[in-house]
Amino acid sequence: MEATIPVLILAIPLFMFLFLGLLGKFMSHKWAGILGTAGMGVTLILAYFTAFTYFFSGSSEFISEAGQRLQYLVFNVDWLQFTDNLVIRLGFLLDPISAMMLVVITTISFMVHLYSNGYMRDHHGVWETGFQRFYAFLSLFSFSMLGLVVATNIFQMYIFWELVGASSYLLIGFYYTKPSAVSASKKAFIVTRFADLGFLIGILVLSFYTGTFNFTDLTSVAVAGAENVYSVSANTAEGVFNIFQNEAAAGFMGCSVMTWALVLIFMGGMGKSAMMPLHIWLPDAMEGPTPVSALIHAATMVVAGVYLVARLFPLFIINADHGGAALEVVTWVGAITALYAAMVACAQIDIKRVLAFSTISQIAFMMVSLGVATTGEAGHHGLGYMASMFHLFTHAMFKALLFLGAGALIHAIGSNDYTEMHGLRKYMPVTHITFLIGCLAIAGIIPFSGFFSKDEILSSCLGNSTVVYIWMSLVAGLTAFYMFRLYYLIFWWKEHKVREGHHAPHDQPWTMTLPLIILAAISVVAGFIPFGNLVSWNGEPYDFMAHFDWSVAAVSLAIAIIAIVIATVMYRKENPLPAKLKNAMPALWRWAHHRFYWDELYYFITHKIIFNGICRPIAWFDRHIIDGTMDSFASMTQKASFAIRGLQSGNIQMYVWVYLIGALLLGGITAVILLV
Amino acid sequence: MEITMIYYLIPSLIMFCCGVYGFITRKNMIAMLISLELMLNAVDINFVVFNRYLYPEAMEGMFFTLFAIAIAAAETALAIAIIINVFRAAKNIDVAHLTQMKH
Repeated sequence: MEATIPVLILAIPLFMFLFLGLLGKFMSHKWAGILGTAGMGVTLILAYFTAFTYFFSGSSEFISEAGQRLQYLVFNVDWLQFTDNLVIRLGFLLDPISAMMLVVITTISFMVHLYSNGYMRDHHGVWETGFQRFYAFLSLFSFSMLGLVVATNIFQMYIFWELVGASSYLLIGFYYTKPSAVSASKKAFIVTRFADLGFLIGILVLSFYTGTFNFTDLTSVAVAGAENVYSVSANTAEGVFNIFQNEAAAGFMGCSVMTWALVLIFMGGMGKSAMMPLHIWLPDAMEGPTPVSALIHAATMVVAGVYLVARLFPLFIINADHGGAALEVVTWVGAITALYAAMVACAQIDIKRVLAFSTISQIAFMMVSLGVATTGEAGHHGLGYMASMFHLFTHAMFKALLFLGAGALIHAIGSNDYTEMHGLRKYMPVTHITFLIGCLAIAGIIPFSGFFSKDEILSSCLGNSTVVYIWMSLVAGLTAFYMFRLYYLIFWWKEHKVREGHHAPHDQPWTMTLPLIILAAISVVAGFIPFGNLVSWNGEPYDFMAHFDWSVAAVSLAIAIIAIVIATVMYRKENPLPAKLKNAMPALWRWAHHRFYWDELYYFITHKIIFNGICRPIAWFDRHIIDGTMDSFASMTQKASFAIRGLQSGNIQMYVWVYLIGALLLGGITAVILLV
Repeated sequence: MEITMIYYLIPSLIMFCCGVYGFITRKNMIAMLISLELMLNAVDINFVVFNRYLYPEAMEGMFFTLFAIAIAAAETALAIAIIINVFRAAKNIDVAHLTQMKH
């Protein structure tokens, strides 16, 4: 495959970033928006072309004769060569998941670019200040995210990983005059940076023992016939395991070094994907403009952690096959986060917060799915991996839809609070229908896309462990409940009261409704994509319909319907049931409403313990000991100068006296020395 | 009577001490300048005398004296220029009163 188109996929967003960032203020708002959207549109076409070529051309570069999909390096150039062995490369890796991610990222990004043309103005069509800057940052983010998914080695991934973090920081803090947005952006950056510390240590441990950064060397165990495409070193995933067995057999604190490396790398994923206990930044990140939440904090950047685990999945599997605990960590972190986030989502008032916790919960589903994936017969040959990627795809579509729908509501109402909404179905029919489709998809109602992906996740859980299956089914029920609670509270509950001095809310301009309609259409049909044929952990086509478990499907569908019925009874019309339920369990409601006091816990640890216990003594030492030493030098010099400045009397004849006496004294001393 | 070096050096010393005394005691800047010239001339005499008596074959002392005279002339011109400017600014050339630039 020619490298031109893949290079352009990365180069166009980068160029648009520089162009809009440097020259944006010389062009009108309108043209900045059109150019940004057009640039993303071209990227979208090129990315679709690349992905479709990869999946459907049938070329021997991409698929072996046995029908196994291959990892293909479009290009891989040496970027930093430190020694013969230590080389950092930049390149473009095409394989099933990166091709899928190209489609996801460019689709969502294009929708968000289009949508922002309408969203980033007020009701009179006046553009927000910094509109060009907004588009520049969106392009920077798209570039970084595309670079992340096509990374050929873990170091390139880390570089782009930090770049998406930085662009996320810039976009969360887009309203930089608002203190809450500024602190949210700092919080997001610091928490994810803290997690990335683990990621970096994991990278160093892994590459120290294996001597390579390349994904193709680390994870090529399953790809047969790969030598057609690139030169495989001896370091297949099995080889990687042997290296660890031989060189680091001792392990550390009861776990093997390889387990540690993988868990530390997963810690980076926990930060980006907002897994407990590093989830606290994501709800606050909703301070950013809503299209940003849809793009970064729902569909693309937050699934980078899932993508990272999927990318290194052969290593995790080898580790698990030899008794390592890395995948179990992934499973349980995911399971606990899923339940926690779903419970919190039931008790939030801000609609974006509900969606944020829902995102955390759904990403946790993907993590669990990867965690329970096994390659054996019981795990349906890596069904969990495929289900996770499928859910990533469908979730990106319907969650972006829900966020953009929420953005339309917020834009129309001017508040994030559902208590200000209620009964909007008649006023905003397009938003209503698309939002309903999104809710049905996330609740897992057949035939919407979420049904298929969630059902496969649950099947995969059942194949691994009944406990996890029951746990995740419960979370799936909660998901359906809180989404329909949100839906009813926004669109039903009671008649909408138009506030005085306001127009009645109405559907937004076409730039905002068109993305909703497109994403809703994708959410309806995406479940029927034969995803197993395209994406599987080892590239072999996987017919999931053959493994489709109708009993699991029926159970999950029944749970979802029951949850929706409960939500309907409670929230369709204004009634005292929710208040009664709340009063029946006041403690639970209060804890859920305050997100189980995680923010307060963090506040306590950072402010009370770290700031008071560590930072203050250090600051005292700095101010008093280090600065004190330097200051005393200065003040001693100053005092000495004050003491002797009286000698500078300005009386020239006194100077002559002093000089004369000095000269005579010196002469006398010299004479004495010479004579004696 | 043979005239030795000491016959020149004693007057030169007296001249130098007069110069120092005058420089310290006189408050008028012009008088101080004259005292300064006295000291310079005393030194010039020393140069010439040492040259003549100790190294009669060499001429460096003589030339050095000529240089010193030329430079003293230039310096005097400069000093007088400064004194005139000080007088214009302060209406006074008494060093006891010209102490504004202390500290």
